[in-house]
Amino acid sequence: MAEDTLLKLDKVDVFYGSLQVLWDISLSVKHGEIVAIIGANGSGKSTLLNTISSIIDTAKGSIEFEGNNITHLNPFQVVTLGISQVPEGRRIFPDMTVLENLEIGSYNPNARPAKERSLKSVFELFPILKERTNQVAKTLSGGEQQMLAVGRGLMSNPKLMLLDEISLGLGPIVINEIYNSLREIRARGITVILVEQNVRRSLKEADRGYIMESGRIVLSGDVAELREEEKVKKAYFGA
Amino acid sequence: MGILTDLATPITMGILLGGLYVVIALGLSLVFGVVREMNVAHGDWVILGSYLTYAMMTGIGIDPILSLVIGIPVLFGLGFVIQKYVLNKAFKISIDATLIVCFGISLIIQNFAQIMWSPLSRGLTTPYALHSFDIGLVHIPLVYLLDFVIALAVMFVLRAFLKRTYLGKAITAASQDRGAAHLMGINTFQVYAFAFAIAMAMAAVAGVFLGLTFPFTPTSGMSFLIIALGVVVLGGLGSILGTFIGGMAFGLAQTLGGHFFGVTAQMLVAYVMVLIVLAVIPRGIFGR
Repeated sequence: MAEDTLLKLDKVDVFYGSLQVLWDISLSVKHGEIVAIIGANGSGKSTLLNTISSIIDTAKGSIEFEGNNITHLNPFQVVTLGISQVPEGRRIFPDMTVLENLEIGSYNPNARPAKERSLKSVFELFPILKERTNQVAKTLSGGEQQMLAVGRGLMSNPKLMLLDEISLGLGPIVINEIYNSLREIRARGITVILVEQNVRRSLKEADRGYIMESGRIVLSGDVAELREEEKVKKAYFGA
Repeated sequence: MGILTDLATPITMGILLGGLYVVIALGLSLVFGVVREMNVAHGDWVILGSYLTYAMMTGIGIDPILSLVIGIPVLFGLGFVIQKYVLNKAFKISIDATLIVCFGISLIIQNFAQIMWSPLSRGLTTPYALHSFDIGLVHIPLVYLLDFVIALAVMFVLRAFLKRTYLGKAITAASQDRGAAHLMGINTFQVYAFAFAIAMAMAAVAGVFLGLTFPFTPTSGMSFLIIALGVVVLGGLGSILGTFIGGMAFGLAQTLGGHFFGVTAQMLVAYVMVLIVLAVIPRGIFGR
């Protein structure tokens, strides 16, 4: 079953300067899975995603993707290998148009040849973006901006998508729309790591989950198991 | 009628001269907007461009404008190498370190020019550099018109590059959100090297037309750096159109200031305008 594993972190330690923020993180993600990372604010979820994206360097331990060691690559190399992050707060390019934002998503050399096809599939997923093609990104509504951020992430032709708080600050209808697209993304064979503060929602969408506390993984398992734990952990997450 | 004809010449000259300032300022604005480096050597790079052209003109008899075929790639290559191997390394230490490196580069270029071409003033004197023509009552030197036309051409090419190519879009993206650019698979340090190289290519163009318009010495760079800073302040950072408007405004303030208060006061008038804009709209006319 080892060849089934897409991403594997082994005993990863991460520091901000001299301050340790992640301790002994080990996790693995299989092809086609949706894995939820759950935890309170400041528990290290976003740091974990940025470590996988190589935005932050790993001090100790190793990260493997498709069996290759990617621990100390540059961020742009990680993207080229097929790991795409949709960052917290969307981080779309505010003064570029919707189309330009999407096009820059397929900047990496592996994604460029498939640009037109990716663009078509993003527009199928989020038809509203097609209507807004030439609109400057900062003028979109919050929900549309989030769709653009997810669409831009898809443009890089990823095998693994890291989604950071994609429902934050959005209304329930838009959240449903975005989670519907998540199912479509999975149907296309893309593996997903989902970071959410909304525990109920992410346990509903995911296959497995890891629970983080103060920079450590304290619990992991199938969502069914975790849901039972959820009752115990209610106090922590307030869900 | 009297006032109008009096003003026609300074207004025309101000707009045309503004074109030269635009070409000088575009490179400064690009590097500051994308890399956040204050390239205090920018004026010296422009003057180096003037001297290289002078050397080619006097040495092998190439026309200054034609010499850009060599000058643009030379400064582009130098710019790429310096950003990639020197400034990017300083950038990783701190943005202040890049400022100090740029000061150093400024001194090196000035001294290099002094050793090579002496401290005496030089100019790119060609037959057409002295040519002029009349439109109505306005007397226009040909090189001033060229300054303006070349500004339009450089702006057009820069805009097309930034809008149409992957590299151009990456430069724009990196200037708007460096962190997000990383996540798009953009090698930002590579992008910085290209942005600096493109700025130096524009400095090469500016150097030729500056040399055709004014005489220059090894230390002329500083005064054109200050003018370019004024233009960028007026127009707002990161906008090609803003830089254009800023250049026009600066040129006009200079020539109209000279017209009303005398040539000795013309730069004073222009800088007072920069100060007022800075106090009233600190982001500049087209600033984000």
